[in-house]
Amino acid sequence: MTAVTTSSQTSRQDRVPNPPKPPRGLPSVRKILMVGGAYLIALIFITPYLEMLLTALRPVKEDSDPTIIPKHFQWSNFTSVFSGDSSFGTNMRITLEVAFGATFLVLLVALPAAYYTARKRFRGRKAFLFLVLVTQMFQPTAMVVGIYGEMRDLNMINSVWALIIVDAGFNLAFAVWILSAYFSAIPVELEQAAMIDGATRFGAFRRVTIPLAMPGIVTALIFTFIAAWNEFIVALTLTTSPDKAPLSVAVDNYIGQYTVDYGHLFASTVIATIPVIVLFGLIERKVVDGLTAGSIK
Amino acid sequence: MTTRSERGRLGRPRPARARSVLSGLAPLAWIGPAIALIAFAVLWPVVKMVQSSTTHWSRYGVNLGSNGTDNYNKLFKEQDLSGVLERTGIWVVVVVTCTVVISLGVAQLFNQKFPGRTIARWALIAPWAASVMMTAIIFKWMLYPGYGFINIILNDLGLVDRNSTTADWLGHSGSGFMWEMAVAIFVSIPFTSYTVIAGLQTVPAEVYEAAKVDGASKARTYFSVTLPLLRPALLVATVINVMNVFNSFPIIWEMTKGGPGYDTATTTVFMWILKGQNIGESAALSMVNFALIIVIVFAFLKVSKWNSEADA
Repeated sequence: MTAVTTSSQTSRQDRVPNPPKPPRGLPSVRKILMVGGAYLIALIFITPYLEMLLTALRPVKEDSDPTIIPKHFQWSNFTSVFSGDSSFGTNMRITLEVAFGATFLVLLVALPAAYYTARKRFRGRKAFLFLVLVTQMFQPTAMVVGIYGEMRDLNMINSVWALIIVDAGFNLAFAVWILSAYFSAIPVELEQAAMIDGATRFGAFRRVTIPLAMPGIVTALIFTFIAAWNEFIVALTLTTSPDKAPLSVAVDNYIGQYTVDYGHLFASTVIATIPVIVLFGLIERKVVDGLTAGSIK
Repeated sequence: MTTRSERGRLGRPRPARARSVLSGLAPLAWIGPAIALIAFAVLWPVVKMVQSSTTHWSRYGVNLGSNGTDNYNKLFKEQDLSGVLERTGIWVVVVVTCTVVISLGVAQLFNQKFPGRTIARWALIAPWAASVMMTAIIFKWMLYPGYGFINIILNDLGLVDRNSTTADWLGHSGSGFMWEMAVAIFVSIPFTSYTVIAGLQTVPAEVYEAAKVDGASKARTYFSVTLPLLRPALLVATVINVMNVFNSFPIIWEMTKGGPGYDTATTTVFMWILKGQNIGESAALSMVNFALIIVIVFAFLKVSKWNSEADA
């Protein structure tokens, strides 16, 4: 508090006779506190995931009297989750199929819709955007009974396609909004110029608009991928057999077992968690842009 | 259809080839796939759910025909329902309020430039990227009585004996629910902070200079200048958080399964438990859940008049 008042006083004195100097000395105490606070918060937020990793590396016999850093590291948990009669490899493959499938489907469906709503004022545009907004509100958690009923009628229980379609459907809204915002920001004159130079409409879209909207597209894709990768409750509802389930459900099953091997369990969760944290890290800078474009005018 | 688009084409002088391709296609060619996907993945289940909620189901999920509002009557007679609804209200209000308030501070810290900011921000977003369900599992593990990480830290700080019954946080409904709310806040902060940071970056630097010239203190500047300008960002963050937190399931499911009894269950968890006993009643609760979230969100949007700008 004292630091705050002092700094504003100094700057007020500086203002009149001299050009403003970068503040030195006292204000840096405040700066140190602010930066220290940021580091502390960063540490708190990463701690559970570090603990996840450390537990995966901690030998079982150290569990009952653990030190924060294990005395011995046991890497074998990461290889043994794949071996034996465990379905972990299959679960991993299903998660990958669902995440890539849903991402591809969202891209295929959201790109034209977002482009058209951004470029054209057609009849039914508002209704369409309203429909998209409403689906954003309908989260699968509240609808598992209906989703289960539908897929049972269609004989798609335990089908990867059911998971792909449902995940894509519930992530479409975000992709359409964010892409539409990006497309709106690209001047239509750029496309027209390309068309005057002889490009077709699709050619202009592909060579001019898509590259300019790339940051938005990448953001939308990564968001979808992560959501589909992490999805739990729909998969829990639509899969009844352990070798048809993605990782999230497999991990849940693992906990339900009579004796839980925590080293194994957390080796699985580490394997399931690291890719998405890394992926999200890659678009960290874009996230702010994406949020600004998508939701805040 | 053809005549209208033909006329439209004649009306505006444009490169003929490109326009004829476009005007030949109705908007449906562009937005049709999206509508189809929404219809299949979202609307169909909604219809199915309405049907299920008025259907009499056997114990093994066989459809025994319509039974009108019986499922709803049965649901509203559930003794635990009022407790579950009340707990859901507390859950949403506490989690969203704490998330937004804490995120305002976090955003302020992470919006400054400092060495290692990239790594610090990356650590901050970890809970956003990671699966909520797996985050809940690791928290359950860290709260394990006797040797969980959090209990060891609290023990070493002299706050809680790690082998006492207090340390069995998730075994009691009160402390269990508190920790579940804490985890919900924990996983909601990264997204909310980033939305606030995005909002902070839209505030022009001149505004701060003007406040400085007027001699406003840092605190005064924050409350009279920054916060009002953050309103759109906060609105978006709050609406999205309300929807997410209201529909949250994995945290409570993984940490206490809604127990002991139904004492830590919110509507989504209660719905899941009912699903195993009576599909119709579970569907009825889904419908109630639905109605609640729609009313809350629209009331919120109405009050804040957020949508009027988006449609302009």
